[in-house]
Amino acid sequence: MFLGMMLTSYRIEKQNCLVLHLLSLPDILLPCACQVVLSLLLHGLLLRSMGEEEGLHQTPFLDTMFVRGLKRKCFDGEEDIEGTLAGIKAIPSYNLQRQSLLDMSLVKLQLCHMLVEPNLCRSVLIANTVRQIQEEMTQDGTWQMINTQSTGQASLDRLVSTDILCRSSRDQAEGKHVPAYGTFNKDFENDQAQDSSDTMSTASAVQAPRNLQSSVWEMENPQENKGNFQKSLDQIFETLENKSPNSVEDLFSEVDNSYYDLDTMLTGMMSNTKMGHCDSLETFSSSTNTASNSNCKSDLNDLDHIVEILVES
Amino acid sequence: MAVVARAAGDGGGSSSEVQWCFLQVKGAIDEDVAEADIISTVEFNYTGDLLATGDKGGRVVIFQREQETKSRPLSRGEYNVYSTFQSHEPEFDYLKSLEIEEKINKIRWLPQQNAAHFLLSTNDKTIKLWKISERDKRAEGYNLKDEDGRLREPFRVTELRVPTLKPMDLMVEASPRRTFANAHTYHINSISVNSDYATYLSADDLRINLWHLEVTNRSFNIVDIKPANMEELTEVITAAEFHPHHCNVFVYSSSKGTIRLCDMRSAALCDQHSKFFEEPEDPSSRSFFSEIISSISDVKFSHSGRYMMTRDYLSVKVWDINMENRPVETYQVHEYLRSKLCSLYENDCIFDKFECCWNGSDSTIMTGSYNNFFRTFERNMPRDTTLEASRESSKPRAILKPRKVCTTGKRKKDEITVDSLDFNKKILHTAWHPMENIIAVAATNNLYLFQEKVN
Repeated sequence: MFLGMMLTSYRIEKQNCLVLHLLSLPDILLPCACQVVLSLLLHGLLLRSMGEEEGLHQTPFLDTMFVRGLKRKCFDGEEDIEGTLAGIKAIPSYNLQRQSLLDMSLVKLQLCHMLVEPNLCRSVLIANTVRQIQEEMTQDGTWQMINTQSTGQASLDRLVSTDILCRSSRDQAEGKHVPAYGTFNKDFENDQAQDSSDTMSTASAVQAPRNLQSSVWEMENPQENKGNFQKSLDQIFETLENKSPNSVEDLFSEVDNSYYDLDTMLTGMMSNTKMGHCDSLETFSSSTNTASNSNCKSDLNDLDHIVEILVES
Repeated sequence: MAVVARAAGDGGGSSSEVQWCFLQVKGAIDEDVAEADIISTVEFNYTGDLLATGDKGGRVVIFQREQETKSRPLSRGEYNVYSTFQSHEPEFDYLKSLEIEEKINKIRWLPQQNAAHFLLSTNDKTIKLWKISERDKRAEGYNLKDEDGRLREPFRVTELRVPTLKPMDLMVEASPRRTFANAHTYHINSISVNSDYATYLSADDLRINLWHLEVTNRSFNIVDIKPANMEELTEVITAAEFHPHHCNVFVYSSSKGTIRLCDMRSAALCDQHSKFFEEPEDPSSRSFFSEIISSISDVKFSHSGRYMMTRDYLSVKVWDINMENRPVETYQVHEYLRSKLCSLYENDCIFDKFECCWNGSDSTIMTGSYNNFFRTFERNMPRDTTLEASRESSKPRAILKPRKVCTTGKRKKDEITVDSLDFNKKILHTAWHPMENIIAVAATNNLYLFQEKVN
């Protein structure tokens, strides 16, 4: 029922169409389908578990969770929560809207990126929207607070990780395209091995430093990070220009060696496919197998009960 | 009731409103629409006697207007199928491992110069010149061939005869005369025949090429906005058209809501525009979607050549080509969607490319909307009408009732609320007869023809 609630909340959330499409797939495609839903569920689960840890009131609705996450990510540390809470409360909806727009845009760009024949006009318009949001966020210093805090690694991980979770869909997109990605993957493979049983915290721990490095919102190094972001967009366009699945694979080749629960699953699934087209989801299997099948299998084993629920529904 | 050939108040300064009535609908009635049957372009020829449609399956269907005959006076104005042919096939680009869609993006007719008709049709990569010719006679009485075409034995030929022409059932043949290929890296969005009737342009997302109709192995690049670094790409070409009278002038629109007019006499490469049309942005209505909704999906010169019309997501603007700083007229097509932009962005409807068209006298413009609605704007009044292309109002000569979208809370009878609009039923392609008030409206896989009501 816990997961059922998550599924419900995803049905309410606007990106539910993907979930519904996947759920109506034939059995043979279910493993791949499950991975997508799993990633989405994990996203929701992580958010939810966050809520539990903090002892906050749990609600089944994602948008509320987003608000919770939003509050957290704007804060330096726990001690600052009360101080800035009042300020944030004033305009939660605008930031929330902007954030969800950003997430949506990056997902769209990601899918554009993976389409066999990307529509250049659409990609350019979406990329411009993302740039615009980035500029505005940089200007109003929304992300300044995250970057200035530099407490211990543990607390940093925890705080930033929750931040990551709120923006995980965006980070999937960005993380892939950053060239420095590979080094971080290798660094944290050990961490993952140790925490393999606890998929949630692993994902969060792994993603946290990556996000720090690849965050485009960092005020300390705005130029560099703008460069990173620019680079990610650049690579999108270069790939669009090349329009070859091979170049997409090249971009993802650094990811292949690593094992990130949410990220790998999304990567493995999303490459070379169109959203919502069931027949093209057959390419899921092939691309998933090449990239991350071995990595995902243990994941599937661990989360078998989730699969059963999906199959039944 | 006899249908009068020429419509009264042919678009001119008549004060009475044009009333449209249903003429015909073409296409399957099934709820299940095959993707290949979706109409992707509609175009009348220069006389209006022929109407061509292209679909996603790469086929072109040409309709011909029935001539008025004494025996069938009522059928005057009806369009019936004249020719159907497969213009483009799906291709596979082996170098890039990409499929090239066979969808017909645009059809443009050439002015008729002999008995045959010529049109240009294009998909994403290749433009083809098709010749459509009639054959209603065949030769009989060959000396060396039998009637069924077999060669006769020479020694059996005992006498010589002159072959005679005998009438036969009308056969319309379409044959590809030229194929203009391999000139576009990006997807072709427009083609436009020049007023010199010898050249034409083709535009893709980043480049515009000039072709000669007789030469297929060479084209001249006249506009190139591809940046040296693709990373710096922020703007693409969305549409292009030649001026109807000045063979050296063309315009192209961009995804940033700007139009550039170029004169080919000034330079071989027209990267420098001669005129730059852009409306200053209204800072009060700025949002994250401002740029996307300002992206121009279609640009059309008026028949007179004095004005041009651009279509962006929410409005149609008429520009005087002598005034660059703002349009002379702006018409809101579906302003009620402005508050729904986020949802429309999410379901990708915000990227829909609507076309627009002028009537023969340039007094009225037409464009499509959602829920199978299309809008006409009479410029002189100004007066606008919303009509619907639906099977329900498809009775012969039934007058189309104007529709209204309810924007306030209280819905009146016969009004439709914004939330109940069907965003899958979009009218992207419309065409207006060059001289009469006959319009062709493409609604997914159906082609509706409406005619002005005559008394």
